[in-house]
Amino acid sequence: MKKKPLPTGAGVLASTQPLPEYGTVPDLSRDQRLEWYRMMYLTRKFEERSYQSYQTGLIGGFCHLYNGQEAVAAGTFAAITDADPVITAYRDHAHGLMRGIRPGPAFAELYGRATGIVKGKGGSMHYFNVEKQMYGGHGIVGGQTALGLGLAFATKYLGEKKVCFCYMGDGAVNQGTFHESLNLAQLMKIPVIYVIENNMYSMGTSVDRHSAPVELYKRALGYDMLGVRAEGMDFDHVRQVSWTLAERARSENLPAILELMTYRYRGHSMSDPQYYRSKEEVEEYRKHDPVEILRSRILSEATVNEKDLEALEEKVRKEVQEAHDWALASPFPAQSEIYTDIYA
Amino acid sequence: MAKIAYRDAVRDAMSEEMTRDSRVFLIGEEVAQYNGAYKCSKGLLDKFGPDRIIDSPISESGFAGLCIGAAMYGLRPIAEFMTFSFSFVAFDQIVNNAAQIRYMSGGQLKVPLVFRGNSGGGHQIGATHSHAPENIYATFPGLKVVVPAFAADAKGLLKSAIRDDNPILVIENEALYGRESEVPDGEYLTPIGKANILQEGTDLTIVTHGRSCWTVLEANQELHKMGIHAEIIDLRSIKPLDWPTVFASVRKTHRLVCVDETKPFCGVSSQVAAEVSRACFDHLDAPVLRVTSVEAPMPFSSALEDECIPNVARIIEAVKEVVA
Repeated sequence: MKKKPLPTGAGVLASTQPLPEYGTVPDLSRDQRLEWYRMMYLTRKFEERSYQSYQTGLIGGFCHLYNGQEAVAAGTFAAITDADPVITAYRDHAHGLMRGIRPGPAFAELYGRATGIVKGKGGSMHYFNVEKQMYGGHGIVGGQTALGLGLAFATKYLGEKKVCFCYMGDGAVNQGTFHESLNLAQLMKIPVIYVIENNMYSMGTSVDRHSAPVELYKRALGYDMLGVRAEGMDFDHVRQVSWTLAERARSENLPAILELMTYRYRGHSMSDPQYYRSKEEVEEYRKHDPVEILRSRILSEATVNEKDLEALEEKVRKEVQEAHDWALASPFPAQSEIYTDIYA
Repeated sequence: MAKIAYRDAVRDAMSEEMTRDSRVFLIGEEVAQYNGAYKCSKGLLDKFGPDRIIDSPISESGFAGLCIGAAMYGLRPIAEFMTFSFSFVAFDQIVNNAAQIRYMSGGQLKVPLVFRGNSGGGHQIGATHSHAPENIYATFPGLKVVVPAFAADAKGLLKSAIRDDNPILVIENEALYGRESEVPDGEYLTPIGKANILQEGTDLTIVTHGRSCWTVLEANQELHKMGIHAEIIDLRSIKPLDWPTVFASVRKTHRLVCVDETKPFCGVSSQVAAEVSRACFDHLDAPVLRVTSVEAPMPFSSALEDECIPNVARIIEAVKEVVA
């Protein structure tokens, strides 16, 4: 069965202006689709292993898991290229892994080891992989929205025709810096897409308790900006709408808000007892799992069979276990590292 | 050597560096069409155009963050705060992002950018507009802080800052913008982290910086009449601070008065006094005294304000006590 092209408005729930017509996102090859599925599956397994490591005391500090939200990072990344800069907040494991951080250095960072992707100086919240244009990993809610603006500004200044995807949680829409950034982006025509990963909770405060307008994409209205709300659990839907906004940003230097409706299965951070929501609610959302949705679709396209997919998954699980073991066997940083990387 | 105004030295530095390096741009409130609230960017819009001389809306956090992001990508931004008192609106961006990103990224990134602008009191603009924040920013590893007092350094330090690969705060002063002093001819840089001995002396050392340099030099005329020969050091750079020059002078004169416009509690002078008492303990013949701003918000009335920042009378009083 051949894959049917998606309508350009697939997954779009609402928008402040009519969506521009840039047509259908170019098809991914069979191998490309499998690779994105592999990345989503890897992220899921990496974080499940991280969850266990946290429970057994291997990870200190904060650890914010992306379980349930994988289609957001994967679908948006698959709409742009590795030359386009991306930046996010502290729920950053997926963005790091999907922009080239190997599971070994990713685990090693969680465990505070010298072999960590940022040498044990950043931890869970500060994954960076600049080689693949992944600019962090930022700890202050909303603080990265101005940085994303600056990355996009720089690409325009240099005439590169790129777009910056800047990710944030729904709680960040209430930070002043975000609103300053929105105004500057539209005023100065800067090619930045603000992806609101709306997982319905700002830590433990649900959207209706933290935002006057519960439709967060409408924050764009105050800035004459395009705001779009779309379904965030389906890789293909996310990819299509992201591609439309990215093309618009590249060709017209126009920013946008892309609110993607998603859900996180775990607590805000690992220490969250989740008194603010029911187990039933979580179970309900787990029925629409982004990893499962893409898996079923790939199988239905009949380009790969169940057996091959299971082999791929087995390989990923093995890779995750080996990466974990490698990270645990890695040394802690030398004391002298305290004083390096402060000044260039 | 030509005599030029401090504000023109600031402009010349930006103009020369923007000509030299296309990655350098200036953004801030009123920097373009208005030519700068203090006219430090006069003529630059005409020379470099609106893509490189950029008027920002009043959004300090937004444009400071924009500059940090642009610097992470390889540009070399100059962000002008109309006054550093407004930089506190962007405090999170400066302190949590500019200062920390190189470290947090394990050295993957550098953040080559300049925050510059006016600071200080003495103009009856009240408590919210009169901060001298160099001590505050100097506490954060990752930032550098320089405070030029004279036109030559306003130009030379700014040029060095623009070429430096780190986030640097160049803290200017409203009282100095119109003051003229000599500037070397041709291309030159003032090194960051190097103090300047304004006058050699034998009786005591006065360590100062910024606008207070001018006040100390004025006081020095009185001291001279009194037969007191002070060695006067302009720190120029607060972070990094030129400790060898300070220590060598104190070991020579055995006495120290620190004069600066930051607050007395955890101010620049507090830091100098602490380091000197450790490094020069056996050389000191008198307690180290400090002349700083006072422990109060800046009042409006000039009758009160003049007493709140270091003035000639307070400097002379401190010197007399130390050399007695």
